[in-house]
Amino acid sequence: MAETIDQIFVLAKDRFLDLLGIVLPDWIILLVRILISIAVLLAVAPVVMMYMTWLERKVLGRIQNRYGPNRVGIFGLLQPIADGIKMLTKEDIVPKNADQVIHFLAPVVIVIAPLLVLAVLPFGRNMIAADLNVGLLFFLGVSTFGVIALFMGSWASRNKYSLLGGMRAFAQMISYEIPMVLSVVPVILVTSSLSTAAIVEAQLGWKWFIFTPWGGFAALVFFLCGVAEVNRTPFDLPEAESEIVAGFHTEYSGMKFALFYMAEFISTFAISGLAVTLFLGGWDGPAFLPSWFWFGLKTFILILIMIWFRGTLPRFRVDQLMGFAWKVFLPFTLANIFIAALWALLPYPKNFIADTIGITVILTLLQIFNRKETPKKRKYLYAN
Amino acid sequence: MFGWGVLKGMLVTLWNFLLTYLWPKKGIFTVQYPEKKLPLAQRYRNFPFLVYDGTPHMIRCVACKICESECPPKCIYIIPEKDAEGRVQKKPAVFDIDYAICMNCGLCEEVCPFDSIFMDHEYEISKYNRAEDLMVRKEALLKPWEYFAKIRPHDFERIEAKRAAKSAKAKPVAPAEKPSQKPDAGPTSPQQGSVPKNG
Repeated sequence: MAETIDQIFVLAKDRFLDLLGIVLPDWIILLVRILISIAVLLAVAPVVMMYMTWLERKVLGRIQNRYGPNRVGIFGLLQPIADGIKMLTKEDIVPKNADQVIHFLAPVVIVIAPLLVLAVLPFGRNMIAADLNVGLLFFLGVSTFGVIALFMGSWASRNKYSLLGGMRAFAQMISYEIPMVLSVVPVILVTSSLSTAAIVEAQLGWKWFIFTPWGGFAALVFFLCGVAEVNRTPFDLPEAESEIVAGFHTEYSGMKFALFYMAEFISTFAISGLAVTLFLGGWDGPAFLPSWFWFGLKTFILILIMIWFRGTLPRFRVDQLMGFAWKVFLPFTLANIFIAALWALLPYPKNFIADTIGITVILTLLQIFNRKETPKKRKYLYAN
Repeated sequence: MFGWGVLKGMLVTLWNFLLTYLWPKKGIFTVQYPEKKLPLAQRYRNFPFLVYDGTPHMIRCVACKICESECPPKCIYIIPEKDAEGRVQKKPAVFDIDYAICMNCGLCEEVCPFDSIFMDHEYEISKYNRAEDLMVRKEALLKPWEYFAKIRPHDFERIEAKRAAKSAKAKPVAPAEKPSQKPDAGPTSPQQGSVPKNG
């Protein structure tokens, strides 16, 4: 029974294809098999996004001592739908001097990347849309693609605030891409695979990488870089409301604006999903609940943490943001690869000690090299 | 330690988040407006209304036009009532206040020597039409003196005491002056103000 519930979506899909197989030839079945996965992802992603906005508003409200949306439907559950209708009926304004084509294309292109990367996330046992043998590489490569769309939007708007936002986005995303990828390298090194499904399988039975010394810190760095990648507080400089109006989407309204938000929320979901896959054991969990439930739960918790960040932390300054990526994350992740290699190389008790020593050393060094430098008081020799 | 402040801040927000569920009275300050309302302060004011004693016919206003002339945005419009011979009566025939123009300053209440116009507590007055619906006529402005006692008990006591003292002082003179109500008693004549029940 548990097995059936665990595999219920896979079984339903197979059953449906079997039924189709009675009337249709094999090659169409092959196509339909792919199309079903695509259709499910395309249908689920916007719904996930809608209810993430609802969740975010609810949690933020509670953090700020108020109820969030609670007027439309019970607990405000219909609020995202009402917002969707509002967005669709709003006037779509294009600035007179904007580059019409690119201005239109940017919000369309920006949702492509987060939707594509969902294909390589294992949502449960056997529940992966495309088990690529380079799945992780695919994810990292394609998710970076979003920044181009973002810059398209900011450039085509012909607005100083937009352009500033786009520039910030570019600088930030490229800076954070490097430690993010480097924090993933230890996982590849230990599992010796780029396939997300294989990475999850390597962690089965509570051997989650977050419980290893290198994995814990890599997960932290990956998660923080992920927050920076999707432009969420405290890394939301590209759309800093109090500084540059709305950043790259200043000149967007109506559904185009909503598409930017959709991209942001789906990539939040995707990044959380990848963090779960890489470090939190993916769909692994006690067997009394189905695997997809465990994946959902862990992703949900990570999303909650992101919302918690947003409710708590103020925005970084640009120099702090860059310094964080280049002075803290980058050296740490580089050292972390070596530490993970030690873990993979040595037998059990030794590798634990070696890793602890290694991490202590690198953290101490980071502390020393990043300490605050207060200039000595200047002595005026002649002025008096 | 590096990051300690961040953790402390996170704990503060977490505690506030949990408080809203564990102890909603302390955690959530929202007053869900259409269902629940905050009690208004007694000295709250927004738009003026006219006072009558007993029945709406016994309107206190004597159409002296002081409030009309004092009103800074000139939102009050008064025409005194006239009897069959064209003599001006101490009663408004027309008393309009344009709520769209009124700026809630409360000067009319302050200048009124007859205690007949006061600022109200009614704030749900949104209307569809600015020109017609917000032009409030005399009938809609009239509210009983007891209503004032309800919304502003302190002011009620003060004004009642003042009026009682005034009427006590005016009583010996009143019977003599009452019949001598000249037709030339213009709308701005404030004598006899202490006995507006006739007015």
